[in-house]
Amino acid sequence: MVQFRPNRFPGKLIIVEGIDGSGKSTQLSLLSRWLRSNRLVVSFSEWNSSSLVRDSTKQGKKKQLFTPTTFSLVHATDFADRLERRIRPMLEAGAIVCADRYAYTAFARDVARGVNREWVRNLYRVAIQPDLAFYFRVPLEVALNRILGGRAALKYYEAGMDLKLSKDIRESFALFQGRILAEYDAMAEEMGFHVIDATGTIQEQQKQVREIVIDRIGDSFERDILHIREDW
Amino acid sequence: MTRRTDALDFYEHPLPGIDLSDLSGKLIVIEGADSVGRTTQVQMLRSWLEERGYAVVDTGMAQSALTKEGIQAAKSGHTLGPLTMGMFYMADFADRLENTIIPALRAGFVVLTDRYFYSVIARAVARHQDLEWMEGVAGFALVPHIVFYLRASVEEVLARVVRGKLYFDYWESGMDVPYGKDRYESFMGYQSKLIEVLDSMSAQYGFCTVDANRLPKPIFKDLKKAIEPILAD
Repeated sequence: MVQFRPNRFPGKLIIVEGIDGSGKSTQLSLLSRWLRSNRLVVSFSEWNSSSLVRDSTKQGKKKQLFTPTTFSLVHATDFADRLERRIRPMLEAGAIVCADRYAYTAFARDVARGVNREWVRNLYRVAIQPDLAFYFRVPLEVALNRILGGRAALKYYEAGMDLKLSKDIRESFALFQGRILAEYDAMAEEMGFHVIDATGTIQEQQKQVREIVIDRIGDSFERDILHIREDW
Repeated sequence: MTRRTDALDFYEHPLPGIDLSDLSGKLIVIEGADSVGRTTQVQMLRSWLEERGYAVVDTGMAQSALTKEGIQAAKSGHTLGPLTMGMFYMADFADRLENTIIPALRAGFVVLTDRYFYSVIARAVARHQDLEWMEGVAGFALVPHIVFYLRASVEEVLARVVRGKLYFDYWESGMDVPYGKDRYESFMGYQSKLIEVLDSMSAQYGFCTVDANRLPKPIFKDLKKAIEPILAD
């Protein structure tokens, strides 16, 4: 088990993971809408979204400056900034923090890129242990159809082109996503993921997610979580 | 295949995609707290080495193409947290290692590095981050041929800053932690802590400690003397 720091705060941390096209972002957005409709304060944090690190990430991607190690470290810097400025203070204040991707994304993706497994796990030891981690599991073909069918342009690093798996960007993307999927599957049990079959309908999946949320952390809603004031 | 006895190696984890067998250069690190005269020594060493026919590359902290601007921008506001700072500097270090230091070593250069990851760790630990964790993060670093630790007392560092810069820099004073109620107090506390952390890393990493309370010339003499046998290898 990874030694994240325990969540000693009143707030709750819910994270979603899965390969591109697994539908995890849709599910998290539906979940947070439901939590808010129950007057709970919800804070959102998305992978690779810190304004402080954005220029470096952009620069690295545009000029293809990244190696597997610097790719990993710049994303960890992004994570650190979100952890320090949003995730931790929001948990301290008693909000529910919903994170679209978490350290596990680095565990899957950076390792698929050739980064040492132990090293990347140590890198994220400063993260806070999520209260709930959902893994939206989907067969590679289904995810590929969703992504490749709907979107024209794949990006260089997203497709793992730096790994030189194939000169064809779509083929490279498929091979890279396959590796990431294998990493997710391999860690699912160890990390205590709640595995959701992401081939089901959106409503079915959301129903399962909400049931698990109520079952696992529902008790804290009245007791610990900050509420939105009705008269506001 | 026989392995050279002086071959470079990683501290803990190999960098993916990097072959060390063809690195024929020398990696020399100059470490130390702020204002101990590292830059002066690097300049003098560079001239000395070049006069003797060695090709030299020098590299310093927060100079990488990937992160230089990002770190500058982050430090210009006061929103950079201690964890983020440590990670950002580590990213900068990795970029310099992979894109400047290692290619230069491959080409047979002498690489003079003004600070290595030890300073990144010292700054992070002085900001209450975990030492052992940071050491694990830096596990991809190459073990240098020699690390000079220019060690000056905090009083000497203070005197140099006051004489030279005439002001106390926000970050060099650790005002983001902070260590005291004003810049002077915080500077003294923070710089003392940096020295303490570097001291504690000295034995473990085998630093060659050089008394930097002295003038540049005798320091330079000591450095040259220690570098000679490395070049002869």
